[in-house]
Amino acid sequence: MSIRLTNIAKTFGRTQALEPINLDIHDGELVGLLGPSGSGKTTLLRIIAGLEQADAKPAGRIQFGERDVTQVHVRDRRIGFVFQHYALFRHMTVFDNVAFGLTVMPRKERPSSGEIRARVHRLLEMVQLEDFAKRYPAQLSGGQQQRVSLARALALRPDVLLLDEPFGALDAKVRQELRRWLRHLHDELNFTSVFVTHDQEEALELSDRVVVMSNGRIEQIDTPEALYRAPANRFVFEFLGDVNRLEGDVRDGVLTCGDARLAVSELDDGREELLLRPHELKLADAPSDAAQLPVTVTSISPIGAEVRVELEADWLPAPWLATVRHADFERLAISRGQRLYAIPRRWHRFDDATAKPRQATAA
Amino acid sequence: MQRIGDAPRVRRILVISAVLLAALFLLLPLVAIFAQAFAQGVEVFWRNVSNHYTVRAIGLTLFITVLTIPVCLVFGVALAWLVTRFSFPGRRLLQTLIDIPFAVSPVVAGLVYLLLYGRNGWIGNWLDGYDIQLMFAWPGILMVTIFVTCPFVARELIPLMQAQGSRDEEAAVTLGASGWTLFRRVTLPNIRWALLYGVILTNARAVGEFGAVSVVSGAIRGQTNTLPLHLEQLYQDYNTVGAFSSAALLALIALLTLAAKASLEWRAARQEA
Amino acid sequence: MITLANITGSAPKRVLPGFGLSLGISLTFVSLMLLLPMTSLFGQLSGISLAEYWRIITDGRVVASYIVTIGAAAVAALVNAAFGLLLAWVLVRYDFPGKRLLDALMDLPFALPTAVAGITLATLYSSNGWMGRLLDPLGIQVAYTWVGIALAMAFTSIPFVVRTVQPVLEDLPNEVDEAALTLGASDATAFRRVILPHLWPALVTGTGLAFVRSLGEFGAIIFIAGNAPYETEITALMIFVRLQEYDYVGASAIASVVLAVSLALLLAINIWQGRFIKRLHGGRG
Repeated sequence: MSIRLTNIAKTFGRTQALEPINLDIHDGELVGLLGPSGSGKTTLLRIIAGLEQADAKPAGRIQFGERDVTQVHVRDRRIGFVFQHYALFRHMTVFDNVAFGLTVMPRKERPSSGEIRARVHRLLEMVQLEDFAKRYPAQLSGGQQQRVSLARALALRPDVLLLDEPFGALDAKVRQELRRWLRHLHDELNFTSVFVTHDQEEALELSDRVVVMSNGRIEQIDTPEALYRAPANRFVFEFLGDVNRLEGDVRDGVLTCGDARLAVSELDDGREELLLRPHELKLADAPSDAAQLPVTVTSISPIGAEVRVELEADWLPAPWLATVRHADFERLAISRGQRLYAIPRRWHRFDDATAKPRQATAA
Repeated sequence: MQRIGDAPRVRRILVISAVLLAALFLLLPLVAIFAQAFAQGVEVFWRNVSNHYTVRAIGLTLFITVLTIPVCLVFGVALAWLVTRFSFPGRRLLQTLIDIPFAVSPVVAGLVYLLLYGRNGWIGNWLDGYDIQLMFAWPGILMVTIFVTCPFVARELIPLMQAQGSRDEEAAVTLGASGWTLFRRVTLPNIRWALLYGVILTNARAVGEFGAVSVVSGAIRGQTNTLPLHLEQLYQDYNTVGAFSSAALLALIALLTLAAKASLEWRAARQEA
Repeated sequence: MITLANITGSAPKRVLPGFGLSLGISLTFVSLMLLLPMTSLFGQLSGISLAEYWRIITDGRVVASYIVTIGAAAVAALVNAAFGLLLAWVLVRYDFPGKRLLDALMDLPFALPTAVAGITLATLYSSNGWMGRLLDPLGIQVAYTWVGIALAMAFTSIPFVVRTVQPVLEDLPNEVDEAALTLGASDATAFRRVILPHLWPALVTGTGLAFVRSLGEFGAIIFIAGNAPYETEITALMIFVRLQEYDYVGASAIASVVLAVSLALLLAINIWQGRFIKRLHGGRG
């Protein structure tokens, strides 16, 4: 079931939570709404669900497939909603929680109790909680509760599954596991899913496409890969990873900042700020022709396949971060206090927060 | 763990003085009620309690209470649902207004009802034309009792329902529940103990209200005398044992209220653990 | 002007059910049971001139009742502040046999009908009562004096202080104690400089509520007060006396003073509390 939002806006009192937004989500897609808190992502999700009403002016439209659901009550939208803190009914067992949606159906449509039991057990099996049917939510771990809430949302076979920060309250390891599991479930059952997250790693790992939001605006909609490679603007670039800043005066194709120099033949003269990703920095014993950026190592932390190195220099207002491979780390025998030269492989430049980027590959 | 005031001597002095003061100030009166009621033996107590006028007073008090509770229950739940589940202009004001009965002196409460529904009031005057008299009759007692007790249920529910938020109800709505089903299956189980406690408080106050009721009742023995009014009359007639026999019945209800509260709190604490 | 129609009519569709129903019930109830009766007071008073109103509410006997009521209520509130703080502290901080009983006992004054409390206190403190017999030889007269009035007021309003201070004290994290002690404060200093400021808003609120309650209290007081004109008559009794004389205007005038003072105090407490909460919790009340 595809989702199409046309001209959806939302104001709370005087603050505009969402500027008029257009968004197309394809059938079977898993889409992440990513943004800092207050960016409007949860509001957007709740509007899709029907838990929140979009502004009457401008008159927006929400369609599920061909069906216009703008005026349809949340009860009748055929959505499954997974709440941030699960919102499990604490006074009901796991079984009763999952069965709830089936038991409140009008008597005519309601499946027989035998069928309800079978369906709930199938769902619990799917979320690997068949042994927990008689337990109460308080007796489960956070990850288990989240799975119950997912099973509950899926019990009515919704067209669309909506998840509000589904893994926000869980610890890192469980989160990782559940993410993989959700992706798997999504591919298997093939429904359309939208989830909200403020964790860029989660959005990039899980989504087919990511919608990056800030201040009630959609900044970019793209596949994770495209998003990382070609951020539409500075906000997206900064939000998707660590950023090093280099600010200086450009003259005759060379940017100068204190005793640091970098060849930037593409740029015109004037004040410039360049942005660099940590993995786009190479460390070396000596400066290159294009880059003379002397730095001092202030901190080293090996994390996974790489080593994170923090760099400082007189000409830097804030420290830089570089990630280097273990092989390079050992070759250079990097230690704290050591003086090295940073050599950018690549840098990025944005005219302002929303304008199109320019990128260049340095020597 | 080191805490302020943990020194054994400080502790002992504070605990002993608190217990002594509480015993003198709170427990002693309680004991005195029963001592006075049984001062001339169980038989006299029983004779006093089974006296015609006392029985009529008990009957009227129960009658008023039984009518008051459902009214307060419906109003309390409706108001709590309204102010905790929706936002609308005037929500804050409404929440403040229900505290009025707590701030108003019971005598003033009785007075305003008397002014409105009494024979000199504009509604009372109009009703008088149809030969309906509300004041100095049980409907008047019922009305002022509802007035003084109406905040209890709402006041118990509002903070709880505010703290719980509407997430559970929203979840139920996404699962297709509506109206009465939603309230009965999702909201009610979450608020039942607070609701019960609110009813217990309503009951205690309804049974024991004195000031407001004494203004509107007319205190006709055997007809519009509630138990508290009845014991006042006995006391004024220097029938101390009789007065305290009725007082003992009311004190018993108070004790049951305290016990119910303690057990509800104990249950809540156990659920949290 | 807010009308039912423009609240329900123009508002967007609501997610949860029951808005119309609960609004209808609440508004009907609040207007019929709470607001409408209140208006009758003003209706009654609109018939008299301001001068006459002023004469009634400044009548010598009535003014004497204000003084008795406010004086006794102030004493009761202050006693309750100290006693309530002690009880709340002991109940939260210490474990001792009978603690749960003591805790339950705190609600007795709310649960016990005021008339019952009234006749009990009057009997206990009369010259041949259990307490009266002890106090009489010492020359302390409680029943039928303003001391008795203050005692009855203190009895009915003690739970206000205990029950507002108790939860705040319970929520006070242990680190506050520990921080004060590691910084070298003595118990007394730590209590005064660290604990008390935390409890202050609750203590003032509780004491304020106790005071308001005492101003309007009737049933618990009239039995022990003696009700001697100019000496031990409380204002609520004055209203009652006027009513028995069928002087509805006089009763309404005095009642309007009591009502205005109570509502003003309650409003002041609410505003003051709101500001304190803002200071402690930042922004949202």
